[in-house]
Amino acid sequence: MARTSLSAVALQLSGSGAAVSEPAGPASATATPTFVLDVNGREHQLTVDARVTLLDALRDRLGLTGTKKGCDQGTCGACTVLVNGRRIDSCLTLAVMHEGDRVTTIEGLASGEQLHPIQAAFIKNDAFQCGYCTPGQLMSAVGMVNEGHAIDRNTVREQMSGNICRCGCYPHIVDAVLDWKGRS
Amino acid sequence: MSTIPSMIGSPIRRREDPRLITGRATYVDDVKMVGTVYAAFVRSPYGHAKVRSVDVSAAKERPGVVAAYAAADLIAAGLNVSIPVAADLPGLKKPAHPPLAIDEVRFVGEPVAVVVANTPYAARDAVEAVAVEYDQLEAAIDLEKAAAGPPYVHEDLGTNVAFVMPVKTGDPEAAFAEADVVVKERIVNQRLIPCPMEPRSMLAHWDTGAAHLTLWTSTQIPHLLRTNLALLLGLGEIKVRVIAPEVGGGFGAKLNLYGEEIVVSWLSTQLGRPVKYIETRSENFAAMTHGRDQIQYIEVGAKKDGTITGLRMKIFANLGAYHQLLTPGIPTFTPLMSPGCYKLTGFDCEVTGVFTNTMATDAYRGAGRPEATFMIERAIDLVALELGLDPVDVRRKNFIGSGEFPFTTITGLTYDSGNYAASLDKALELVDYKGLRAKQEELRKQGRYLGIGFSTYVEVCGMGPSAAMPAPGWDSAQVRVEPTGSVTVMTGISPHGQGEETTFAQIVSAELGVPIDSVSVIHGDTDKVQYGVGTFGSRGTAVGGAALKLAIDSIQAKAVKIAAHQWEANPDDVEYKDGKITVKGDPSKSMTTAEVGFTAFRGVGLPPGLEPGLDATRRFEPPNFVYPFGAHVCVVEVDADTGEAKIVRYIAVDDCGRVINPLIVDGQIHGGLAQGIAQALYEEAVYDENGQLVSGTFMDYAMPRAHQLLAFETDRTTTPSPVNPLGVKGVGEAGTIGSTPAVVNAVMDALAPFGVKNIDMPLRPEKLWKAMHANSNGKVNE
Repeated sequence: MARTSLSAVALQLSGSGAAVSEPAGPASATATPTFVLDVNGREHQLTVDARVTLLDALRDRLGLTGTKKGCDQGTCGACTVLVNGRRIDSCLTLAVMHEGDRVTTIEGLASGEQLHPIQAAFIKNDAFQCGYCTPGQLMSAVGMVNEGHAIDRNTVREQMSGNICRCGCYPHIVDAVLDWKGRS
Repeated sequence: MSTIPSMIGSPIRRREDPRLITGRATYVDDVKMVGTVYAAFVRSPYGHAKVRSVDVSAAKERPGVVAAYAAADLIAAGLNVSIPVAADLPGLKKPAHPPLAIDEVRFVGEPVAVVVANTPYAARDAVEAVAVEYDQLEAAIDLEKAAAGPPYVHEDLGTNVAFVMPVKTGDPEAAFAEADVVVKERIVNQRLIPCPMEPRSMLAHWDTGAAHLTLWTSTQIPHLLRTNLALLLGLGEIKVRVIAPEVGGGFGAKLNLYGEEIVVSWLSTQLGRPVKYIETRSENFAAMTHGRDQIQYIEVGAKKDGTITGLRMKIFANLGAYHQLLTPGIPTFTPLMSPGCYKLTGFDCEVTGVFTNTMATDAYRGAGRPEATFMIERAIDLVALELGLDPVDVRRKNFIGSGEFPFTTITGLTYDSGNYAASLDKALELVDYKGLRAKQEELRKQGRYLGIGFSTYVEVCGMGPSAAMPAPGWDSAQVRVEPTGSVTVMTGISPHGQGEETTFAQIVSAELGVPIDSVSVIHGDTDKVQYGVGTFGSRGTAVGGAALKLAIDSIQAKAVKIAAHQWEANPDDVEYKDGKITVKGDPSKSMTTAEVGFTAFRGVGLPPGLEPGLDATRRFEPPNFVYPFGAHVCVVEVDADTGEAKIVRYIAVDDCGRVINPLIVDGQIHGGLAQGIAQALYEEAVYDENGQLVSGTFMDYAMPRAHQLLAFETDRTTTPSPVNPLGVKGVGEAGTIGSTPAVVNAVMDALAPFGVKNIDMPLRPEKLWKAMHANSNGKVNE
């Protein structure tokens, strides 16, 4: 029965305002702080409802729509970004908590038109199809390497397991990561 | 067929990739319009309940709220519609399916009211202020109980049975009379949830000046959606434009017309503002169509030598609470494909479609065919076990021979081409079958349980001949040679991850000799592209690509006439060769498509009576379906301590006819394998007895992740299809259809020493552990 209620709660959450993606309206009783967010090396002054997630701030306030919302529950990894070089589900953290942090999104991965090597490796290894989970997969791969986890195939498989790909590109995603790191 | 240079068959990297890899692709939620308001739906928390009242007045008072509607408000405002079902069957019961429930809710997640606000969170907050009074009713959840009697999902029908479809062919009585053994089994093909990573997403914009509606929606069928929306909203079809921008996966679940799409479009016409609705993942789990969900009682007659004589089946198909677009049509594929790769002399089947208080089932990758393939491939193994034969030998014994195509099966389908033994041979060679059996024997002595499972599948796709479809089965292509020699392709299919922007450009480049980068492939916008049917049923290249080939043929024929006129040659002596127009036997005379295209554009120097311009619009009406096939081998090891089944090797030899781009074909196979293996081992949609969806999040619904899937070993045989001018078969669903039984057969093979014959999917560790630790009374030794 516990599982039943979990499902019912989840359904209610969908209508409860738990996911917020726009600035505060008069309905909000919460604070609307003003703060500075460093995204991809650029500082943005933001005034948003304190409830606004980092994901919604990126997508709906800063126009950085490359980061995707797959579940808004921290279970699929589509919204993965880097905060100070480490992976984070941007749907599970509030924008206001990240003043002073360095946030990197998919838009900040390439250097101008020069692809990041993991992006090139994803293309070379055909590691995606519909592309919706791909920004999260890429950021997760970079974060994993930064965290020192890209040791071998099995470690990569384990460490990439937070990012769901319904197109089933996992073998090629793992190939791409190993290709990039020169390991197999 | 004209010569196709090396561009065909090359692993060209997808042109879709750069925008996807940089976060620059535009999915529906990435489309931003000034003045947008946001919709949120109030949904039923009950599986079955009377709706006593719906009061939206308090929601309307919430700050930021623009409007709120219950079903009665929609009807009063003139929107009194039922969500359409295209599939039809004799005697099919079609209960009304309003986009907002009127006086009864029949599944958890059914929309009851809608609110619109200036921001998404204001809309969601306002959902809480909508007061709905429910009287909970008993829910019909168990499929077989629902088929047998009350409670009824639709009380006025007096039954939950929506249709009964008998299929009796050959001489089943004689077939079973000559059988030495009859193997019986109850086979469960559990309900699955498609879960594309992009949930249903839509943005409707009613342009008040032009009195014109644009709907961006994450769909596989933009044109069919436009036609249906126009009819439902009472708008002229020319007043509706549907755009499928980048679509983040569909898997059949976006081959539909959802009530939310109707309501959101209508809201925009009422409010005169863009209205956006992006469903939450919880809503996606509960209220986007599900797949599979059949219980099959089978009897297989066989002779001692393994010859399968006849098949009897009683299939219960769970339709859910209402029909969606193709709901009742999906299970009708199952009997048709149940004979698989095998020759039978008697077939007797009855399909019963049953309403339950659950989300509607509809197309999900494979759509009715995985249920057939799983059944027959399991049945073959059960027969082999009963007779003490090798499952490989039983398969071979019953294969349709490579010289027997086209082959009309006992259920009346005509398989186009095939060589089932060849793909099986190749798979056996790759896996070293003899060596594996020896290893299995050795490991068993050490208390380790290796299993080897086969699936030799055939599937029906390339949907399909119009006469055999609930919608048009043809598709279209327009090819335009532009004045500078660039080529624009408008395709009626609607790719969403399958890569046809690339494969179609390859075909054009090969046939017209233009650089691939000067070919543009446009799709998914009803104001740009001529009518097309869409992407589903592995039809993109088999039907849409074939239409493209026809359009290219027309272009070439006209270009030849123009070149011949320029050279004062007989058109019969002029031909397209290696992408150039030449005079036969005179290599000094040569023109490119671009040169001829410019002449055609300039309108000077054309043969008398020939229209200027070099373009063509063609449609391909498939004379038959196509039938991809293959042989899969799965090797698993089941851990006796934990019951976990680990796939050790997976070999897939698939035949999808001629391959345009092997990179993309392999990707489609991989994706198919992932979803098919997931059904065998992990995924299951679970409703409790009240109709609560227990598996309603990614934490509860076990979609496979990177650590669960190993590298697959893929190979292919190539048996071109005679059905279309490209010789291609579909490949989108084959991996899913073929893989599920291979995995289950492997696990059952591993558990053979325990006397285990059948365990229902998904083969979770707990079930396997119990089977391995049960005593002779079937009790588990704890």
